[in-house]
Amino acid sequence: MNKAALSKQHYVDPAPFDPGASEPVGSENESYYRASSWQLMWWKFRRHKVALAAAFILLGFYLLVPFVEVIAPYNQSQRNGDFLYAPPQRVHLMHEGKLVGPFVYPYEYRFDFDTFRRVYTVDTSKPQPIRFFCRGEGYDFWGLVPGDVHLFCPPTDGTLFILGTDRLGRDLLSRIIYGARISLTIGIVGIAVSFALGLFFGGLAGYLGGWVDHVIQRMIEILRSLPELPLWLALSAALPPNWSPVLVFFGITIILGLLDWPGLARAVRSKLLSLREEDFVKAAELMGASKQRIIARHLIPNFMSHLIASATLSIPSMILGETALSFLGLGLRPPVTSWGVLLNEAQNLAAVQLHPWLLFPIVPVVIIVLAFNFMGDGLRDAADPYH
Amino acid sequence: MIRFLLRRFATMAVTLVIISALVFFIIKLPPGDFLTNQIAELRAQGESASIAKAEFLIKQYGLDRPAWEQYLVWIGVMPGPNGFSGLLQGDWGWSFEYDKPVTEVLGDALWLTLLVNLAVVIFIHLVSIPIAIYSATRQYSLGDYIATFIGYIGLATPSFLLALILLYYANRWFDVSIGGLYDAKFAGQPWTWEKVRSLLSHLVVPTLVIGLGGTAAMIRRMRANLLDELGKQYYVTAKAKGLAPRTALLKYPFRMSLNPFIADIGNLLPHLISGSVLVSLVLSLPTVGPILLSALKSQDQFLAGFILMFVAVLTVVGMLISDLLLAWLDPRIRLGGRR
Repeated sequence: MNKAALSKQHYVDPAPFDPGASEPVGSENESYYRASSWQLMWWKFRRHKVALAAAFILLGFYLLVPFVEVIAPYNQSQRNGDFLYAPPQRVHLMHEGKLVGPFVYPYEYRFDFDTFRRVYTVDTSKPQPIRFFCRGEGYDFWGLVPGDVHLFCPPTDGTLFILGTDRLGRDLLSRIIYGARISLTIGIVGIAVSFALGLFFGGLAGYLGGWVDHVIQRMIEILRSLPELPLWLALSAALPPNWSPVLVFFGITIILGLLDWPGLARAVRSKLLSLREEDFVKAAELMGASKQRIIARHLIPNFMSHLIASATLSIPSMILGETALSFLGLGLRPPVTSWGVLLNEAQNLAAVQLHPWLLFPIVPVVIIVLAFNFMGDGLRDAADPYH
Repeated sequence: MIRFLLRRFATMAVTLVIISALVFFIIKLPPGDFLTNQIAELRAQGESASIAKAEFLIKQYGLDRPAWEQYLVWIGVMPGPNGFSGLLQGDWGWSFEYDKPVTEVLGDALWLTLLVNLAVVIFIHLVSIPIAIYSATRQYSLGDYIATFIGYIGLATPSFLLALILLYYANRWFDVSIGGLYDAKFAGQPWTWEKVRSLLSHLVVPTLVIGLGGTAAMIRRMRANLLDELGKQYYVTAKAKGLAPRTALLKYPFRMSLNPFIADIGNLLPHLISGSVLVSLVLSLPTVGPILLSALKSQDQFLAGFILMFVAVLTVVGMLISDLLLAWLDPRIRLGGRR
């Protein structure tokens, strides 16, 4: 074997090697140095108390989503013809100085012929305890399995409108709970669409470069310079009116995702470009790693955390987009119930003035949006655990 | 400078052409159009006189021709049934729903939209610059925390929900309606001083509502920029040389931190305009927002198309202005690009 061929070969010392021996790591630091980057991110995220609290709130809301039929005391479209626009019923614990447990006082109503409105009065003589884990209105769990068990139900022969009722006498609380299913999933499905598009176009631009990069860059610039709401409006007006609610749901999510990807694509592209120049990529190249290995083992895990963080930050804009579209009557349509559809009824001044409880769906929307923002901020800080 | 301007205008023109094609495509997406729907309806009612009129309009606006020809006629680079008359020639088309030219339907709405958005941009700058300076120079003070907290709320509360809440409380506490841009009695009246005063007083709430989110974002960004600059050597030197704190601050780091601020108008504008369209609907402002919604719902294509184009032009021109301002403010930015 000649000298030139020998120098091309790797020389590996056969003696066993213990990295801890040459440069001892303190035992308290050992777990830190050996932790995977995901573990480091979790540790860093955990320190961000507000973000952690936001994450738990979101977890709570999302755990609710699969079980809305059980949690809601009424069905989403069940009408109580005797109780149109009933104001919220207060839940009491004490009746005449005695502890009865959670109960409500029944409503009595009469029709006021001067204002043509129903006037509800509370009858404080008869406490009606709320029932728990009870059999109530029948439903089809997930539209498949029939059931009738609820977490809590209205009293026997009584009503339980904790947040009041709407113009058809439907319980607002139950409708908000059912609305959570649509409003919360639309953000996730929408971001999935936008994530896929962003990864594809951003990856293409960053990987191929050249004229492809140029064209995609211009496309991103134009899309970002357009106000999104008018475009959302125009696109959702284009959904055929004879589509089924499920198709409309997917149509709306795709529309929301279609206009959201440029931000993510730009992040993917710039991350790809900057990571390619990093030392560890060069090191991997020098050690003879293949291109696929570099991309799969070194590049993608590195920018995935950033991507997840920025995706989290754009989920609220999806949820708000759906809310705004449905609020304007161009998004989801009844009988599908989302928070935006519920707010649609609170659109005019008269509704807001006479039945202010119809504005209540704003509360969960703001909570969710705030929580996603805080969690996204925490994730963004944690996404780079080595700095 | 001239070369930069020319280049910038050229890219703007290309952008607008692409946007116009996109807008036309979206407008044409729903099956059918206003007139064919109307004809079907009239035919069902057996009214032949109106059908003739609708068919005349279809001929008049070339709606029986292929879509790409319609597009070229609409922007005015191809002769329509009555010669060149499209957006480029200043003919904005006909609103089928109102049975009037688009110009007449929109009327005051165009410049009121402009006014609202201008007021919002001015509001954002006037409010966020002092607050940002305050919270950057007194980092981690009580005022800084309050500003940060309000900033978070402002970022997270969607403007139209805020508008709804304000609508409720203004009505409940002050018994006033905050909707509209001037008192109802001035509607359709010629512009007098009273009307202008009424307009200005009604402008306060929409400006606040639309601008809150943008203000919060601006404060956050400006505070971060200023904090970066405050740690730099030249500022330390300036202070060490005995410059008065206020002069030292305003003369050097403040000017530096303004650059990204102005560059950001470009990112901010699309959001502001989206917000203003939505808030206009809630507060029933006489801007293009409500007209756009009804035009989209009834497939009034020329009206909807023109409003979408108008909104897009507003953002694109706003971005141009922010670019020019940036070039003027920061001499380090070389206008011709690196050659």
